[in-house]
Amino acid sequence: MDAETIVGSRLTNQSLRRWLHSLPGVDKVGLEQRAASLATRSIKTDSKAWALDLIISMMDLTTLEGADTPARVRSLCNKAITPDEDDLDTPSPAAVCVYGDMVQHAKAAIGKRKIYVAAVATAFPSGRASLRVKLQDTKDAVAAGANEIDMVIDRGAFLSGNYLEVFKQIQAIKQACQRPSGKAAHLKVILETGELQTYDNIRRASYLAMLAGADFIKTSTGKVGVNATLPITLLMLQAVRDWYDEYGIQIGVKPAGGIRTSKDAIRYLVTVKETAGDLWLDPDYFRFGASSLLNDVLMQRKKLKTKTYLGSDYVSVD
Amino acid sequence: MFDYSPAPEAKLASFASSYGHFIGGKFTKPQKTFETINPATEEVLSQISHGSAKDVDLAVKAARNAYEKTWSKLSGAQRGKYLFRIARIMQERARELAVAETLNNGKPIKETRDFDVPTSVAWFFYYAGWADKLDYAGMGASPKAHGVAGQVIPWNFPLMMLAWKVAPALAAGNTVVLKPAETTPLTALLFAEICQQAELPDGVVNIVTGFGDTGAAVVGHKDVNKVAFTGSTEVGKIIARQVAGTNKKVTLELGGKAANIVFDDAPIDQAIEGVVNGIFFNQGHVCCAGSRLLVQESIHDEFIKKLKRRMETLRLGDPMDKNTDVGAINSKAQLQKIKGLVAKGVKEGGDLWQPACKIPRNGFWYAPAIIDGVSPANTVAREEIFGPVLSVITFRTPTEAITKANNTEYGLSAGIWTEKGSKMLKLADQLNAGVIWSNTFNQFDPTSPFGGFKESGYGREGGRAGLAAYLKGGN
Repeated sequence: MDAETIVGSRLTNQSLRRWLHSLPGVDKVGLEQRAASLATRSIKTDSKAWALDLIISMMDLTTLEGADTPARVRSLCNKAITPDEDDLDTPSPAAVCVYGDMVQHAKAAIGKRKIYVAAVATAFPSGRASLRVKLQDTKDAVAAGANEIDMVIDRGAFLSGNYLEVFKQIQAIKQACQRPSGKAAHLKVILETGELQTYDNIRRASYLAMLAGADFIKTSTGKVGVNATLPITLLMLQAVRDWYDEYGIQIGVKPAGGIRTSKDAIRYLVTVKETAGDLWLDPDYFRFGASSLLNDVLMQRKKLKTKTYLGSDYVSVD
Repeated sequence: MFDYSPAPEAKLASFASSYGHFIGGKFTKPQKTFETINPATEEVLSQISHGSAKDVDLAVKAARNAYEKTWSKLSGAQRGKYLFRIARIMQERARELAVAETLNNGKPIKETRDFDVPTSVAWFFYYAGWADKLDYAGMGASPKAHGVAGQVIPWNFPLMMLAWKVAPALAAGNTVVLKPAETTPLTALLFAEICQQAELPDGVVNIVTGFGDTGAAVVGHKDVNKVAFTGSTEVGKIIARQVAGTNKKVTLELGGKAANIVFDDAPIDQAIEGVVNGIFFNQGHVCCAGSRLLVQESIHDEFIKKLKRRMETLRLGDPMDKNTDVGAINSKAQLQKIKGLVAKGVKEGGDLWQPACKIPRNGFWYAPAIIDGVSPANTVAREEIFGPVLSVITFRTPTEAITKANNTEYGLSAGIWTEKGSKMLKLADQLNAGVIWSNTFNQFDPTSPFGGFKESGYGREGGRAGLAAYLKGGN
């Protein structure tokens, strides 16, 4: 179904605003209460072991620093290939997530293994560049072999009500994800929820991104004050669930930034299960953008197996 | 897929094999005992004494004696000191109290742990603060207590109802004789131990266990000055007759059939949560439960679809499991009452739906239910079911919503779901209910008065109003 059919008219700022502002409002207190109640679930023993493995397989193991080097990226890829050298049954993360210029090094390190390479693009993290630059940034990463593109929306345009501009940029980047082979890179659209501030804005941005063809909607860059939170992720899960109900298209969700412990990550899984349902308990539809989370999960995994908590000296730094 | 493994809370509470009454600071010898059970397993937890008129008389005498000789002679600050001490001990024993409540009542441990016990403690802390400030309660200088308060409480929130009654009574300077419900006496008896631990003067709090006849003896005792009752409207009416023509002051908090009104401009996902919380919290054993869903016709289908999906995630089972959302029905009698009323609702044309639930073999259980297509004349739209059963009624305009919401014998609570503030305020003004929640439901705070209109009773509990009910000239 194309965007005009969904919106029910020719796409203009006005028609997009009418459509986005007709979505049900979000009650902040109620949303946060629901998230807090989901966070009280107690996940133990077998279900915990299952959840920990799923969390690893849903991870986008990330390094996004100005100080990144090819060697640092290779080290991260090695960690993804062998997360725990003492337990080779440990699953690998879904992807490694790097800056565009590091894609070639990541691809070389990963080779033919089933770990994707995701690249942030479009003048990440601020998104403040011309569309021409954003497109080239994307095309470069795709040409270097990126399997996934994590783009940022133009928050300035969104907040000033220029919804059509946001929509057009996402669509253009989606086009730039195409490859001559036909195997397009998957597009994750970062809403930067910490800058959108209100839950109503976050719901609207989620719908706008889905309308424009996002494969995933992602909370944050990890570079602002407020990154992924459980209520925000709950809200975005409601959005993808409702979108699937309405149009039959399943879109993924990726919380990123600030999820550091197994306990936190398990709360997100509980929220996925009890909001969007089992269909989303799948690395193709739910991801964690994280860097330090992996080692905490590995320590918890070891603890479950050996009944002793060994501490961080017994897992490798990446 | 992601099935949660059992996460049972440890059995941190233990009970004596039998209990007497708590009179004058001491437990009496157990007599004429009956079993109290865990409704989730039907396991016998302890033997409880069935109080006679004579036991009640002893308790009232102990309360009178304590009132005359000690409690009325203490300063407000000294009374407050005891209340603060009780609150702190309850906090220290919070997990034990939560476990005991879950075992004896059947409600999930997550509710007793996160709601019943913390709210009970909050009530004691709040009224402890009032004890030395009665001069500022707006009732003139040095307002006086009534004397002996006779209190009869229900089984749905055993400890919390005790706190709602005992804390303001003691803060105002009364002494009390309390009769807990016959199916849930255990946390009240643990509370008696807490009174001993706090070195509360003997006879200030007396607890007599038993059945309806015991409660009637408390209410009818000639030396009781103030009666406070929470329970069914049926019993409330009997009490009102019993105390008519006497000098006794009375507050009654009775049944309800609250409307939860959802407009098409509501925050839908949060409204779903509010409706679920409104009726399935505590298995619907809540007098202010949102048992009638009034949903705007234009969003009925979408709303019910979402509601059903949400209900499928409710976890029914072992109340001691930390992940249980819906626990056991408190008694066989209550289960039969629920079943009977639902059968009537279906016979009258209601469309019953329940999610697939694994019902445990022992104990008393009822899967959460909605009855759609209910019209205001149906039994399930009028009678209080006091179980996890939601009756769904539609409306088209705000006027129709008000008419239907107010078309009930009761008037305890109501909920309004809309993002439009002006509409919410106008409706709140027109709803004939004591408590109105907007874009939320089942919120309780010791500072906020709670109580109903019409057959939901009279008098208020909580806040300054709840204190005034225990002072002369107050109610």
